[in-house]
Amino acid sequence: MAVGKVTFTKAEREKLAQLLWLLNWISVLTGVILFSLGLFLRVEIQKRQEVMSDQEILYVPHMLITTGLVACCINFLGGKICYECTDTSKFLRWKLVLLPYIVCTFFFTFCVLVGALMCYSIRNQLEESLFLGLRNAMRYYKDTDTPGRCFLKRTVDLLQMQFQCCGNAGYRDWFHVQWISNRYLDMTSSDVRDRLRSNVEGKYLMDGVPFSCCSTLSPRPCIQQQVTNNSAHYNYRHQTEQLNLWRRGCRQALLDHYTSIMRSIGLIVLLIWLFELLVLTGVRYLQTAMENVLRLGNPDCESDGWILENSLAETARSNFNIIKNLGKCYQVDDDPNINPVS
Amino acid sequence: MAVLRVKFTKDKRDKLAQVLWILNWISVVTGAILFSLGIFLKVEINKRWELMAEKDIQYVPNMLIAVGLLACGINFLGGKICYDCVDTTKFLRWKLIMLPYIICTFFFTFCVLVGALMCYGMQSELEDALTMGLSEAMRFYKDTDTPGRCFLKRSMDMLQIEFKCCGNTGFRDWFQIQWISSRYLDTSQKEVVDRLRSNVEGKYLMDGVPFSCCNSNSPRPCIQWQITNSSAHFNYDYQTEELNLWMKGCRQALLDYYNHIMRSIGLTLSVLTGVRYLQTSLENVLRQGDPNCESDGWLLENSFVETARSNLNIIKNLGKCVLEEQFAVCAFMDLCLHTVCLVNNLN
Repeated sequence: MAVGKVTFTKAEREKLAQLLWLLNWISVLTGVILFSLGLFLRVEIQKRQEVMSDQEILYVPHMLITTGLVACCINFLGGKICYECTDTSKFLRWKLVLLPYIVCTFFFTFCVLVGALMCYSIRNQLEESLFLGLRNAMRYYKDTDTPGRCFLKRTVDLLQMQFQCCGNAGYRDWFHVQWISNRYLDMTSSDVRDRLRSNVEGKYLMDGVPFSCCSTLSPRPCIQQQVTNNSAHYNYRHQTEQLNLWRRGCRQALLDHYTSIMRSIGLIVLLIWLFELLVLTGVRYLQTAMENVLRLGNPDCESDGWILENSLAETARSNFNIIKNLGKCYQVDDDPNINPVS
Repeated sequence: MAVLRVKFTKDKRDKLAQVLWILNWISVVTGAILFSLGIFLKVEINKRWELMAEKDIQYVPNMLIAVGLLACGINFLGGKICYDCVDTTKFLRWKLIMLPYIICTFFFTFCVLVGALMCYGMQSELEDALTMGLSEAMRFYKDTDTPGRCFLKRSMDMLQIEFKCCGNTGFRDWFQIQWISSRYLDTSQKEVVDRLRSNVEGKYLMDGVPFSCCNSNSPRPCIQWQITNSSAHFNYDYQTEELNLWMKGCRQALLDYYNHIMRSIGLTLSVLTGVRYLQTSLENVLRQGDPNCESDGWLLENSFVETARSNLNIIKNLGKCVLEEQFAVCAFMDLCLHTVCLVNNLN
């Protein structure tokens, strides 16, 4: 009982081959799209690598890049095969390659699906990476004289201005970090010394934020020092003031940014996967139809095409037997040189 | 006496036709680029309209858009003509259209030249518009409660952040205006009252700048208050400090940006001149009758003076027709005359 049996006349077979040739070339284009999407994602992640603690999420764009390249090659070959399949004589040349080709394409299509699903599942790992990365970036914000960290201040400032965010979860994160370097603190002043002594680690903590936290939407000039002190500024109430600094945390802002990119990429990859599946089904039908033509001997007659020759259960069972027999070849019990029958 | 005469053999003519076909397609692409640059410039000017005083500079992007579209159309037709021109028999099909097409191309090239000159001429107008616009924007920076001016603070801040600039010509411009609204000044404090009284107009002036002037490349946290006072901050020397604030003025930054756009537009002129040679040389092929011989190509058949005189006569005659007969009949007769001349020359 074949699965998905369809009867093809000669004219229909030729039309199918032509259609598949066209679809394979479109698939080469979608392979290029896949490749460029992977490249784009890699560039985007690399742009902010300083605020991400680990680079492991790079496996997603790498997967997309390799899948894109493989898609181009496979579909290029597929296009060539389908072009020649219209002619029964030329089909003989490809007969032996066609079944392995279909199996490879099936596994490749599975990889595309995995790539699409990875885009959606990466969110938690990204959040963790951003949390740690931002925390370190804020901690080393003041170290503009340390090689390897001297650009962190600039990176964090540009990030906060571009994404309109402040701190890790909010602007209060800056109150727990010393973001002014000791080089610019007057140690002879008693104010400074008191502050340094006021906490266990000897850090200069204050309720102030860097200038990059200032919101451009505020109607008044930015208040970045003594943010929690209402009496330090005229006509200012810290509890009700919403427009002075950016309220969003940078972790949330970056997460939203990357999630939206990956969601769009994931959607496009899913559509590409569906398209590849369609092409694969078409090639399978063409292969079985051409093989049946050869079996019947008459190149002009009608032939059947199917997805699976027998039902799903029977095919699974026969494949399982093949794998078992492959395994049996190497079992010791059948070896005649051991335990010879005397 | 022909202007810029060049000799062409048959092979050279074929090569020229092919090269010109490619050039025509490049012109179509450059026409598309011109069109998109015009749209881009229009969008960019509209984005910053708040910072430009009332000056009519919209005509430049509009001109560019129109020229870009025309370039695409004309060069597309020209490409088709050049493709057919390699074959002398096919050229006969285009013969009647050739002269009007050449005239159109000439006027179009002239328009492109005018457009390029306008771009350069616009620079001084743009500079004036920006100077006036920026100084007004800075003056009204504090008026976030006045309708019509409430977004100037935001525009100015975003401009200074995006273009990495401060003030009109430099950060000192902020010292001469009151950029903190009186709503946020505690007029009961003696300090504030003193400052307000210290100048004629009663403005609260100080040596401080808005946060958007802060340079993100600075190794130390931004100093935006008491900038000129070296003793107010530890380890700070006002004269030698370069990285604290943006040193460039916003007028210069914006001008550089717009000039960069304009310079990308000047390339189209050279491509269009080459088409003239092919057209004139092929006409001469027909005049001499032998498709394999050498022929001359030129920019103008006679000297400038003679061509101008003959064209003036044509226009005068056309003018006479408008008075005596219908203009359409006249133009048709003119075209017929030209064709008859060419056919006579061929025979």
